[in-house]
Amino acid sequence: MNPLEQERLKKLLKQALPPVDESPEPACDLWPAVLRRLDQGHTRVPWFDWALLAGVGVFVAFTPAWIPVILYYL
Amino acid sequence: MVESAESGRRLNDGCAAQVLAATDSRSEADTALHRFRQGDLSAFEMLFRRHQRTVYGWVLRIVRNPAAAEEVTVEAFWRIYRAHARLDPARGFEGWARRIATHAAIDHLRTQRPEAELPAEVPAPQRGDPAISAEIRRKTALAFSRLPPTLRTAAVLAVVEERPHKEIAETLGITVAAAKLRVFRALRILRKALAEQGITP
Repeated sequence: MNPLEQERLKKLLKQALPPVDESPEPACDLWPAVLRRLDQGHTRVPWFDWALLAGVGVFVAFTPAWIPVILYYL
Repeated sequence: MVESAESGRRLNDGCAAQVLAATDSRSEADTALHRFRQGDLSAFEMLFRRHQRTVYGWVLRIVRNPAAAEEVTVEAFWRIYRAHARLDPARGFEGWARRIATHAAIDHLRTQRPEAELPAEVPAPQRGDPAISAEIRRKTALAFSRLPPTLRTAAVLAVVEERPHKEIAETLGITVAAAKLRVFRALRILRKALAEQGITP
């Protein structure tokens, strides 16, 4: 990718993503939500993460040659 | 002469008061950090109130969705509180909190389906290029949302938010060279994905 292409791609990307205000603020005070989260107490690991981990584990167990490729994309 | 000496004294008093106030505020912040490190909830609230906006703004720049950014900010502060014993007060709170928030944001991006993240229509930027149609913007946003979250995060911070690579590297816990490589890889994959759809930047 040459520098000109890279610049064009950067410009396109800037136009494509939703803009963010200069100094954005949350819509409401988040402290009560943080307190509720503290009360819950445990780590939330989404099911997707567990499924992904299991899938990758099985895949790697059967095809160890792919380990460098997976590490490259991590 | 007397008047000038008097005004000089008043100026010195004013400066001294400012220095004292700054010192007080600094020592108050230091105390809060040390108390937080011990797990003090009121010190945590004080730090939360002081840094909530910064962390929220940083997260929003990564996830690009206000509702998701609020959720991730809450998650980030929860992780911050859990990690209180690992804070090094000498290195300050903000950079450390930003690093934790960045990882919380990346975890959030991992759980999202690319199509679900995008608004129905990507709003046109204020100084938009008329040559770039809404359709091209939408396709670009979708292709970008399909990149691995670590690459997306580095690219959005470097390219869209124009943050220095050093700052990005610090928040991602990687070297500056690795941060630059992530941005380059993100752009290379994006270019390929766009080319497959017949879009050449």
